Amino acid sequence: MATTTPSKPVVELDAATVRFCGDSGDGMQLAGTQLTNTSALAGNDIATFPDFPAEIRAPRGTKAGVSGFQLRFASTEIFTPGDQVDALVAMNPAALTTNLRDLVTGGILIANRDAFDEKGLAQAGYTTNPLDDGSLDGYQLFPVDMTKLTRTAVDGLGLSQKESDRCRNFFAMGLTFWLYDRSLDPTLRYIDAKFGKMPAVAEANRRALKAGYNYGETTDAMASQYQVHKADLEPGVYRNITGNQALAWGLVAASQRSGCELFYGSYPITPASDILHELVRHKNFGVRTFQAEDEIAAVTSAIGASFGGAMGVTGSSGPGIALKSEAIGLAVMTELPLLVVNVQRGGPSTGLPTKTEQADLLQALFGRNGECPVPVLAARSPGDCFDVAHEAWRIATRFMTPVFVLTDGYVANGAEPWKVPDVESLPEITIQYPKPVTNGDGFQPYARDERLARPWALPGTPGLMHRIGGLEKQDITGNVNYEPENHQHMVDLRAQKVANVAKDIPPQTVDGPDSGELLVISWGGTFGSVATATRQTRQAGGSVAHVHLRYLNPLPENLGEIIQRYKTVLVPELNKGQLRMLLRAKYLVDAIGLNKVQGKPFAVSEVVHKIQSLLK
Amino acid sequence: MKTETALSVLTPGDFASDQDVRWCPGCGDYSILAQMKKVLPTLGVPPENIVFVSGIGCSSRFPYYVNTYGIHSIHGRAPAVASGLKIARPDLSVWVITGDGDALSIGGNHLMHAIRRNLDLNIVLFNNRIYGLTKGQYSPTSVLGQVTKSTPAGAIDNPLHPISLAIGCEATFVARSIDVNIKHLAMVLKRAAEHVGTSFVEVYQNCNVFNDGAFEYATARDTKADATLQLEHGKPLIFGKDRDKGIRLNGMDPEVVELGKGISEDDLLFHDEKAIEPTLAYLLSRMSHPEFPEPIGVFRDIDAPRYEELLNGQITAAREKKAGDLQKLFTSGETWTVE
Ligand code: SF4
Repeated sequence: MATTTPSKPVVELDAATVRFCGDSGDGMQLAGTQLTNTSALAGNDIATFPDFPAEIRAPRGTKAGVSGFQLRFASTEIFTPGDQVDALVAMNPAALTTNLRDLVTGGILIANRDAFDEKGLAQAGYTTNPLDDGSLDGYQLFPVDMTKLTRTAVDGLGLSQKESDRCRNFFAMGLTFWLYDRSLDPTLRYIDAKFGKMPAVAEANRRALKAGYNYGETTDAMASQYQVHKADLEPGVYRNITGNQALAWGLVAASQRSGCELFYGSYPITPASDILHELVRHKNFGVRTFQAEDEIAAVTSAIGASFGGAMGVTGSSGPGIALKSEAIGLAVMTELPLLVVNVQRGGPSTGLPTKTEQADLLQALFGRNGECPVPVLAARSPGDCFDVAHEAWRIATRFMTPVFVLTDGYVANGAEPWKVPDVESLPEITIQYPKPVTNGDGFQPYARDERLARPWALPGTPGLMHRIGGLEKQDITGNVNYEPENHQHMVDLRAQKVANVAKDIPPQTVDGPDSGELLVISWGGTFGSVATATRQTRQAGGSVAHVHLRYLNPLPENLGEIIQRYKTVLVPELNKGQLRMLLRAKYLVDAIGLNKVQGKPFAVSEVVHKIQSLLK
Repeated sequence: MKTETALSVLTPGDFASDQDVRWCPGCGDYSILAQMKKVLPTLGVPPENIVFVSGIGCSSRFPYYVNTYGIHSIHGRAPAVASGLKIARPDLSVWVITGDGDALSIGGNHLMHAIRRNLDLNIVLFNNRIYGLTKGQYSPTSVLGQVTKSTPAGAIDNPLHPISLAIGCEATFVARSIDVNIKHLAMVLKRAAEHVGTSFVEVYQNCNVFNDGAFEYATARDTKADATLQLEHGKPLIFGKDRDKGIRLNGMDPEVVELGKGISEDDLLFHDEKAIEPTLAYLLSRMSHPEFPEPIGVFRDIDAPRYEELLNGQITAAREKKAGDLQKLFTSGETWTVE
């Protein structure tokens, strides 16, 4: 794959974890994405963790402005972007000081020496230059004059100094590509496509990329190259996909498979906006996106669209979901299909907009007035967002109910190889609409089928005129009704309808032994860390099984029975114990928590340690 | 789809639902409902293609009383519900029924944005200058000093003028009528229905329980001719029992003048509902009792692109350029094959 035959010794690895970090204006996300795509194209399994600051333009060179992108590529199946970093590329002192603790001892550290000047060091709080003072002796340190070398490489193209410096990330990419023996071709193609209209900029980026590569190749500084071979993935066509993109595509696919048009009402919010950005590109599938005036209009417009016969979908993050609560209650009361996507982030309030957390589970289940049950599903990985979106659509239309889809910042922005499904093999979603009535028989909008779903009668259908709304309804007729017994009946009925979803979903599966010492139960974006940790401890002889829940409400019918087969139950969550509270309440199980709220995913080692402490 | 002939035999009775109407006896809402039921059969739209959307408040019970499709949604959000519906189903005739609290207080944001997008919606705001359903608190249109349950010492917030607000949002159709002025009200509702784009109609509505007589000046036999002014396109602004008074512009300000004594009709302001610039319509919306007669009728009726038309145009264009193909989408960009 390399553009030249390796001239230095090559070390073969099963996996490598690389992190680019620098100022938020340094183009680190692009560098990470390029290495991700290139590694995916080289056939590795990959997992990524983009980590960027909430402030788009924090002062240059400060710790608040540090942006990072971590990826792990491997020749085996992997589920996480790695706990520790094998190679760290630090574009300035602030990036170094905030990221160094994640670099393995003896790891590769590439630093842009030009940025380690007096000002940069002071901004990062260094009193001496770490590149010279021996404090980094435990690492393979490569100080590189990236700014100067990039300027030299692009000299003569007529770029300003600022424009030249903007090519530095391509230099860093080139050097990393050399280090891991990666082809430059995908990135060269990217440059052509992206900067084709600006020939000087395109050429500058090309030159910077090659200069970085050649620097690794020719200077004596770097002694060896590394190679990570193809992973043994299931045969098929693969592509790289992020969680938000997969979710959007899952919606488009479900729309096509159900013959029901997609309406997406949304208000910009981190980290959910990319769903809107993706969906707006698919007008040729009849997708209607509506950037509403606020979160409430986003969800209520979706409800209006659902009443009209489209699938109303709204996406947001915690603070926006809080604003939608009353409207979700309206969709429960009117029994209309609606999808509510929550890309969770650190809370409460504005919280940590760009960081991940799982603390909105109870909000999804209970965050509304009254007895207001809705099915809740959670995606476990970027690619899984596709399937979950599709499944949520199926449930919403089969049961005439709003459905919550939970993802999180980590899953939404992370990327992984995705095996492209054969469209014909995607589950078909059948929706039955009641037919026009001409014989004058009164239409009963709240009549029920065997699942307790009511009919989805679309405006424009003669004879089915009816009125729905937020006031309590009489069963069958749908008329406003305040009678005590009717309210009891309808509250019970809505609860039973959602409970019935459990009969319509697959039984819960277990990874690991059928019974034993420890059962670890996880949900959502912690899947990767927990699956890796349980497999690792099992390989080391531990009696550990893993259950990962896609369905949080209703829970799978066999879950209670599974739980009983293990002595101890551990529930790792990026919150203070929300699923654990539910499991304890429902199954009277004395579940133990592993809880972390630092805006970061679990490291595999954190879960492993907890498991080991419980197995002792 | 029914044919035009079949439609022409529809009567107000065809639009009556089987629900008991639950407004207080004597409420102005009854009259508005009656005029609506008279107008609907004249529009050439079958009942199944009409949807009434409302929020919360006395007026928002309206959808239950017409035999069309309807959603009684949540407080203030009807314009947003209706926007989503209209975008998804441009073929439907969509009405929003709202009140002064619903539209201007809790739902102010949605009203503003629905209007500026110019979706083809008909928004009818029943203005009774009070919160009726919650039993008598002051509303955003209550007058300064108004004594209510929540303002025993008199309201101190400057009221909103719904028509000024709508014109400020560049509504393409703006009109006002009065609940008891039944012929005029029917005319205004019909014109609102016929306008393509957002129609905003303010109806002065008497809440005889909590704010009785709020519009008496505009409805009482002896005062209404002097307190209101009927707008007619292309005609001078003349009012008064003897039609001897008019509105003239003095610089940027309107003034009341008496006809005769050297002032002729040609000196008066002429109404132009088709004016593209909203300036004059806004000026009319500022005329309030008792300094001025309050205009009723159509303030503005212009043509402008509709949101749903533009959006669906983009969709059609995208489809013509490249029909959606899932398999192609999935394999777009860079892919690789594992053997
Ligand atoms: S409270 Fe007032 S507005 Fe409400 S129904 Fe009674 S009279 Fe009409």
